[in-house]
Amino acid sequence: MKKIEAVIQPFKLDEVKEALMGIGVDGMTITEVRGHGRQKGHKEVYRGREYNVDLLPKIKLELVVSDARAEEVVKTLTGAARTGKIGDGKVFVYEVAEAIRIRNDDRGDSAL
Amino acid sequence: MKLFPFLLGALPAIASAQGTPDLAAKVTAAQSAGDNAWMLVCSALVLMMTGPGLALFYGGLVRRKNVLGTMMQSFILMAVITVLWALVGYSLAFGEGTPVIGDLRYAFLNGVGSAPNADYAGTIPQQTFMVYQLMFAIITPALISGAFAERMKFSAMLLFMTLWALIVYFPMAHMVWGKGGFLNAALGGKIPCLDFAGGTVVHITSGVSALVTALYLGKRLGYPHVPMKPHNLVISFIGACLLWVGWFGFNAGSALAASGLATSAFVATHFGAAAAALGWVLAEWIGTGKPSVLGGISGCVAGLVAITPASGFVKPFPALLIGFLAGLFCYLMVVKVKQRLGYDDSLDAFGVHGCGGTLGALLTGVFATNAVNDGFKGPLGLVDGHPGQIWNQVVGCAIAWGLAIVGTLVILKICDATIGLRVTKEDEMTGLDVAMHGEEGYILEA
Repeated sequence: MKKIEAVIQPFKLDEVKEALMGIGVDGMTITEVRGHGRQKGHKEVYRGREYNVDLLPKIKLELVVSDARAEEVVKTLTGAARTGKIGDGKVFVYEVAEAIRIRNDDRGDSAL
Repeated sequence: MKLFPFLLGALPAIASAQGTPDLAAKVTAAQSAGDNAWMLVCSALVLMMTGPGLALFYGGLVRRKNVLGTMMQSFILMAVITVLWALVGYSLAFGEGTPVIGDLRYAFLNGVGSAPNADYAGTIPQQTFMVYQLMFAIITPALISGAFAERMKFSAMLLFMTLWALIVYFPMAHMVWGKGGFLNAALGGKIPCLDFAGGTVVHITSGVSALVTALYLGKRLGYPHVPMKPHNLVISFIGACLLWVGWFGFNAGSALAASGLATSAFVATHFGAAAAALGWVLAEWIGTGKPSVLGGISGCVAGLVAITPASGFVKPFPALLIGFLAGLFCYLMVVKVKQRLGYDDSLDAFGVHGCGGTLGALLTGVFATNAVNDGFKGPLGLVDGHPGQIWNQVVGCAIAWGLAIVGTLVILKICDATIGLRVTKEDEMTGLDVAMHGEEGYILEA
């Protein structure tokens, strides 16, 4: 099993979600986060006081899929989240040791 | 008003023809009903400026952890000043007394009932006049709270505001508006200072006291290195727009009748706000490259402040000019001068109210004309060929500045020596909401 963790632009969430559901991914967890990579922030001015905002709002999306599906899911995800501009985000893929469904103790791929 | 002498002149004929000798009384009652309806609405509008108007405007400008504490400072004054006003405030401001302060003839609202007080407003119950003026006494100290936002103890604030009303506001209101007051232009003041709705009484006193308080208290922890962005400009926007609307009650209501003068003040008020919003936004657009919403709403408030003393004396185009100049001037004071001097007037009560109020009070001496307000004998301002009025305005401003500086310093010393002004460092870091009031403004998981 692989855990796919992606940090994406908030306005891309709906497209990414639809694309993933389109290929049959039926579960994910998302979190509103803030951060930045190479993307520079922007300047805000309130009554003459300047603030550099470099931690920008992002969406972190986590899902766990079977080894066989991982590559396809990553491709779909990056395809849907891409604008081609700096700030699009990143995807990290991890090995998952075990998955357990709390309701009935299913384990492994059948718990996903 | 122009119709009225004609009606009165025709009265004997009508009365004898219809055999109703009480027609004159009925006409008076009809006018009184109209004026009273308008003045009660204006009283409510002026209260709306404090809560929710000012509470939302200031509440949105502070950090999230201080939103309730800031709103509470405005709200609790709606209660505290009301009680104080009923006990002695109204009497100290509007009892005849001395040129500096009123006497206690209306203490405990003695004799303040449905009969009009002809010295102030001959067609409405004195009780209406009393409650209308109360709303001014509420918002004025509330304006100061912008200067000490995010760092003053609630208990110290209560003592400060009570003393401030007694030592600064009631005397100043008496001097400018009370019968026999030193600066009263309509009722026998030595120096007739024109202040239609409170440029000196409300905005200079509160704005200058705000500066004194900000300097005395010192900066907020971490200012200016720690980011202190306004936490919610949306509620500030709603608050500012409520202020704009409420201000019609403040200025047009100061005609104390549903008269042509009220309309004129209404128009001047609106024009002043509009031009000032444009002035500030334009200056900011040129200065920083972007026209901000906060700039727009700050500008409109600056314009409303500046037009307040002039509103019942000036024509629409001078009102536009006063507003526009106020927008530019307050922008410079808030954005450039404050940054350079480095004091921490958290929400710019001085930059907007002190500076805008002074500018407006002085320009009233330039643009006041008896073509707008014929309630005075002779020419009013420079445009009427009476340059001496500018000097009268300077004296009025100087007295307001002086009283605000000295009075506020004394009050701050008293509060500091008794309960202490500032919250502890820990409380300031935690935020006033939890530290002072034991609650939070936003509980999103609830």
